[in-house]
Amino acid sequence: MTNKELVESLIYTKPEGLTSAVTHYCPGCTHGIAHRLLAEVIDEMGVREETIGIAPVGCAVFAYDYFNMDFAEAAHGRAPAMATGLKRVSPDKVVFTYQGDGDLASIGAGEILHAAGRGENITVIFINNAIYGMTGGQMAPTTLPGQRTTSTPLGRDVEMHGFPLRMCEILSQLDGAVYVVRRSLHNVANIRKAKKAIRQAFEVQRQGLGFSMVELLSSCPTNWGMSAAEALNWIEEHMLPAYPLGDYKVSPAISKHGGN
Amino acid sequence: MAKELLKGNVAFAEAAIRAGCEAYFGYPITPQTEALEHMSKRMPELGRVFLQAESEVAAINMVYGAASAGVRVMSSSSSPGVSLMMEGLSYIAGSEVPVVLVDIMRGGPGLGNIAPSQGDYNQIVKGGGHGDYRPIVLAPATVQELIDLTVEAFDLAEKYRCVVIVLADGSLGQMMEPAELPPMQVVRPVDKRPDWALTGAKGRDPNVITSIYIDPAIEEVFNRKLMAKQAEIEVNEIRYREVLLDDAEIAVVAFGTAGRIVQSAVKAAREEGIRVGLLRPISLYPYPFERVHRLAEQVQAIMVVEMNGGQMVNDVRMAVEGLVPVSFYGRMGGMVPLPDEVLEEIRKVQASIDVAG
Amino acid sequence: MAKGRIVVNELYCKGCELCTSVCPKDLIQIAVDRFTPKGYHPAELVDPEGACTGCAICSIICPDAAITVYRWVPADKVKIKV
Repeated sequence: MTNKELVESLIYTKPEGLTSAVTHYCPGCTHGIAHRLLAEVIDEMGVREETIGIAPVGCAVFAYDYFNMDFAEAAHGRAPAMATGLKRVSPDKVVFTYQGDGDLASIGAGEILHAAGRGENITVIFINNAIYGMTGGQMAPTTLPGQRTTSTPLGRDVEMHGFPLRMCEILSQLDGAVYVVRRSLHNVANIRKAKKAIRQAFEVQRQGLGFSMVELLSSCPTNWGMSAAEALNWIEEHMLPAYPLGDYKVSPAISKHGGN
Repeated sequence: MAKELLKGNVAFAEAAIRAGCEAYFGYPITPQTEALEHMSKRMPELGRVFLQAESEVAAINMVYGAASAGVRVMSSSSSPGVSLMMEGLSYIAGSEVPVVLVDIMRGGPGLGNIAPSQGDYNQIVKGGGHGDYRPIVLAPATVQELIDLTVEAFDLAEKYRCVVIVLADGSLGQMMEPAELPPMQVVRPVDKRPDWALTGAKGRDPNVITSIYIDPAIEEVFNRKLMAKQAEIEVNEIRYREVLLDDAEIAVVAFGTAGRIVQSAVKAAREEGIRVGLLRPISLYPYPFERVHRLAEQVQAIMVVEMNGGQMVNDVRMAVEGLVPVSFYGRMGGMVPLPDEVLEEIRKVQASIDVAG
Repeated sequence: MAKGRIVVNELYCKGCELCTSVCPKDLIQIAVDRFTPKGYHPAELVDPEGACTGCAICSIICPDAAITVYRWVPADKVKIKV
């Protein structure tokens, strides 16, 4: 028996995994999208009350104000080490770090490498927007060759500053890393794929399989000096060729969680 | 429990285990590595956490993470390694999570050497990391004290939600002597973790462990809270030992291994009729300023002996407030003073009193 | 065609315009005549003909979770009633 009478139904609203706080992120900043996807996944998995997040230093430094769950704020780059300590003494909790490119790929390069190498059973959300946002637009380890920043005013000169680091490619080489993928937040289709990857990464942790990381190509309209929409186009035109999307490591141990 | 012959590094590690330490994160460095090795064997046996980190920087941040979960956790290291931990210690202090650290000091600066030193006094006792905070610092002079103070360190860290550092030197870490280990305490059950800890926000508002107070006015309120806690610590937690001070005309102030050496020299000087005694501070923060000041009102001269270029002597001078002359004798670079050297210095002080008198 | 509507929470909306660029029916505009409490011109649904299908694409791109989406569905398929 079915009831075909039409009634108004709630299709989408702010997830419970987010607090009611208004974020400090600039208009159109994709940090907000990443936060939302994380909160949606945590809600859908029903793990909000057993999840502990670790915030970085950088634009997401106040993430603990925005996520409605237990949170710690790490020193710059040390979130994977802090997550290691937390997870080792609380193995039944879901522990994730949320890190930008300066935090993860520059000052915290050692900590992320070894957390991945140990197969630490944590999930890392890596926001790559090719620039330092919080300090006002300086060169990041992921800044593209030729990209202008406030510390590479003439564009990143690889003779002087070297080349960008591709963290998915690097970490996927490590035996301890079981799920390492790169996604992008530059349009709706890719945002949907990003959410699936985040879900998969959390499922990997729930199954105790080891280190999982989702890199999200993200925008920084303010420090890139463009509108929010132009910034999304910039991701597509400039970042995708340098940081190809894809599954860099999907361990055979990972069984599909059954879609989302 | 009977006394047994124990090496300092092994003794404090086992003492920590018996104090209910649930997790140890560290990095090998001489002269404290036996502690890490002991932990690597014992912690897994007991179903607890041992992890050799990729660096001291990572180790202290793992400690920070585990402490945020509300468990008893520690690390140990030696001078250069402790320098690397200073960032993490500042965050830990700024987040008010309880952490125990043992620093088995060695010669410096820089890579220095692996011989015993007290050269970290200024760094450890005055805070070490950036910002306004002070760890409780306890300085043992024997393996037994190293054991007892390590156990006490966990209680103090939890009582005040602060960093407690046991400050010893390489000779104490490496030395073997008879000592008694404490009974095994029960590890805190998972469901008894403190209410501030990160345990998952089940049926309560989320907990946040952070050291950020972006509004200066609020940061100052937090700073004042830390200061108030320190004031409480300064009232409650001063510890020192006195030897033959009742009738003393000369007081020697020395901590840790230097204090132990001075004790031998004081006994020898007494045999020569010199009225000298020893004040051995055990809590270096909070420092026994008041006791040193009263001593200055009693004696005619004070001498400070340290295994460094003169660090604690500044605290002694501050306490003495110019009431009597304060002299200093120090050995550096990993050199340990002999009782005879100290005795000779005591004689010099006696001679200066005789001339002045 | 399904019928729906969106509600933009002006506390959260920062007027970034991303929703306006992705709406398949081009029904979202920036309200230049007013400001949000944070001082932005908010996005709003301008849908006199009831063309919104409640597809929720705007909510997927919104960085501030400012958009709530409703859709008319058969009563037996309702997940969350309004």
